[in-house]
Amino acid sequence: MIYEVFRQERKGQAFAHAGSVEAPDLAFADDYAREQFGRRGESTALWVVPRESVHAIEDFVDELQKNYHRVDGYPLKEKLAKARERAGTARAS
Amino acid sequence: MNAQELLELADDELILGWRNSEWTGIAPLLEEDVAFSSIAQNEIGHARALYELAARELGTTADELAFDREPGEYRCSKLVQLRLIPDWSRTIARHCIYERLDQARIKALKGQDDPELAGLAAKIDREEAYHRMHAEMWAERLAEEPRFTAALGELEPLFDLRDEHVPEFEQLWQEMTSVRRSVAGATW
Repeated sequence: MIYEVFRQERKGQAFAHAGSVEAPDLAFADDYAREQFGRRGESTALWVVPRESVHAIEDFVDELQKNYHRVDGYPLKEKLAKARERAGTARAS
Repeated sequence: MNAQELLELADDELILGWRNSEWTGIAPLLEEDVAFSSIAQNEIGHARALYELAARELGTTADELAFDREPGEYRCSKLVQLRLIPDWSRTIARHCIYERLDQARIKALKGQDDPELAGLAAKIDREEAYHRMHAEMWAERLAEEPRFTAALGELEPLFDLRDEHVPEFEQLWQEMTSVRRSVAGATW
């Protein structure tokens, strides 16, 4: 069984994926996670999760190219330059 | 507790740490390899701290106690001397027996009048708690395994035997002290 281990470096911080351990059950997984991700004082807490409990999502459909949903889909720079041109306040450069 | 009793405990920890570290790189699974090696390293750390205390009383150094005695002078239990590679069930049986009997010894040490000794025992006990958890986890897993249960019965009586050494202890001693003996009188 594979268990995914998440590690919190300091209290209050978000947990981040640390790695995974292979173990026959949760008790062993806890012990192995402690040894590999906690014994050097590098973590204040660990989350140990059976891999099958993790839902992975990898498909992000965007059939209609709705690029305005994305931060990089709306280039303000060009639009601003054109607006300035129309208003007669274009910058020298 | 006198220096001789301290030495029994320190020798047990050193030799068991040594024997457990023989599994480094060859344990049945990698995660266990890391965990068991870490336990081995802790035991040797406990031995070092205990030798320091004994050394002060005996007017010597921890290194001299650990490496410069003759094989016959070591006071470790027969239980920890056995070379058990490649028998994992007997290794785990020894681990379980040792952790259980060691717990009683550490508990007595924590109640000592000497604050330094009692403090060290408390520190050791905090690490041993994880060793015990590890041992119990395996004991539960192997509870129905005849090789494991037979080994428990076979090995437990060895814990109190300290006046004689098993034949393979000599070889362990040879290896353990070989670097130290390779340059006589060197300061490392």
